[in-house]
Amino acid sequence: MTPSRTAFAAILGKDLRAELRTLQSLPAMALFAVTSFVIFRFGLNRTSLSGSLAAGVLWATLLFAAVLGINRLFVAEREEGGFDAIRLAPIDRSVLFTAKATALVIYLAALELIAVPIFAVFFLNSAAALPPLIIVLLLADIGLASAGTLISSMAVNSRARDLLVPLVLLPLVVPLMIAATAATEPLMLLGGVSYHRFGTWLMVLGLYDLIFALLGYAVFDFLLED
Amino acid sequence: MALDPSMYSKGLRPLSIATPVAFAITLALVFFYAPIESDQGFLQKIFYLHVPLAIVALCGFIVGGIFAILHLRRDDPRYDAYSYVAIHISVIFACGGLITGSIWAKGSWGHWWVWNEPTLVSFLIVFLLYATYYPFRYAIEDRQRQARYASVFAITAGAFVPLNFLAVRMSASLVHPRVFATAEGGLPGSMKLTFLCSIISMALLWTTLVKFELSAKSAQGQLKRLRRALDAPTGPPSSRIAPEVH
Repeated sequence: MTPSRTAFAAILGKDLRAELRTLQSLPAMALFAVTSFVIFRFGLNRTSLSGSLAAGVLWATLLFAAVLGINRLFVAEREEGGFDAIRLAPIDRSVLFTAKATALVIYLAALELIAVPIFAVFFLNSAAALPPLIIVLLLADIGLASAGTLISSMAVNSRARDLLVPLVLLPLVVPLMIAATAATEPLMLLGGVSYHRFGTWLMVLGLYDLIFALLGYAVFDFLLED
Repeated sequence: MALDPSMYSKGLRPLSIATPVAFAITLALVFFYAPIESDQGFLQKIFYLHVPLAIVALCGFIVGGIFAILHLRRDDPRYDAYSYVAIHISVIFACGGLITGSIWAKGSWGHWWVWNEPTLVSFLIVFLLYATYYPFRYAIEDRQRQARYASVFAITAGAFVPLNFLAVRMSASLVHPRVFATAEGGLPGSMKLTFLCSIISMALLWTTLVKFELSAKSAQGQLKRLRRALDAPTGPPSSRIAPEVH
């Protein structure tokens, strides 16, 4: 194994172990998502959702739940001196970005594993939309994790860290949300699953992932200098 | 050389003269030369204000991103100041672009805001992102870190602009008539010339404002340094005259 790979595995393993032992982010994210569904049920006054309304409720909820996790992503690094340790270690600093983004993708997947089936039980008439939805979720998670890791690493070193992530991240993920909701909407139509422009929107999601992953990887070095 | 206040004001005088002259020529062209458009009538004249504002603002954002890359690569605080001022002036221009766009929408479609016009919507999202530049920048206390993070923001946002235009354009229903497609495609020569003039004068205005802001910032920074030197007369004043971004 190359040193970068070892470092990547060590950081990722540390993050997942810490999350499993403390359960700081994931339960809060899942609980937030489920409560949001209940609020949408009364806010929209609907007992079942389909089409654009279903896609909008699902993605708005997942996005705001993700913000909770993104906010906390680097808190341990800052409070326990993890940033200094990474700076001291003879490894490529971009590894921290890759490891953190991967950890975030895993958190988001875990969140969706809980929240999406509950969403389907609450609002959808059939579960037919769920298998093709997996690929949309996965692509959106990668984009959300790339942009989120980048913003979170900066916000954590600022005065207003809990404020900055939602403030800067939300406009930044608008294109991602446009593509994700547009790909999800035909899947949840009342008349059954449709794949209208599904591939096109998946390509937009992929493009977003690619750009932000490369960008994060390229600029992350500058964020750790001191 | 160290305390040369004219460094940022070089070329400011000719620019300050050229900008009003260019605007006077443009306005004369807009009102006396360019024909009244048959479809929208006099209202269409706002096109010569709205579109240049928007285009110059977008170009300014990209220029800010390029300066940010230079700042990260060369580690020179001056480029951070350039990037900050470019984005700052562009945000103001973008605000003007949104307001004129809204007026145009009200005049020609009867609503202050139209979600079907993808260019306008993309522009709003870009504006919202760049509006977070200020709270983001000033939430970071350490000066060098602030400059570095702001540069990363400017680069990220610069990459975001085309992606955003792509996504919004694709999501818009293609039923709505595209104003700019007709306006730019079949523009008669007299309108094209007027439009070109208005873009040039708007770009001149942007450059002049950026220069003014930069020299004001550097003068402020110098004043601060001189005051500090008066308080502690032992050390020589710093030779770096990067404008202070505060």
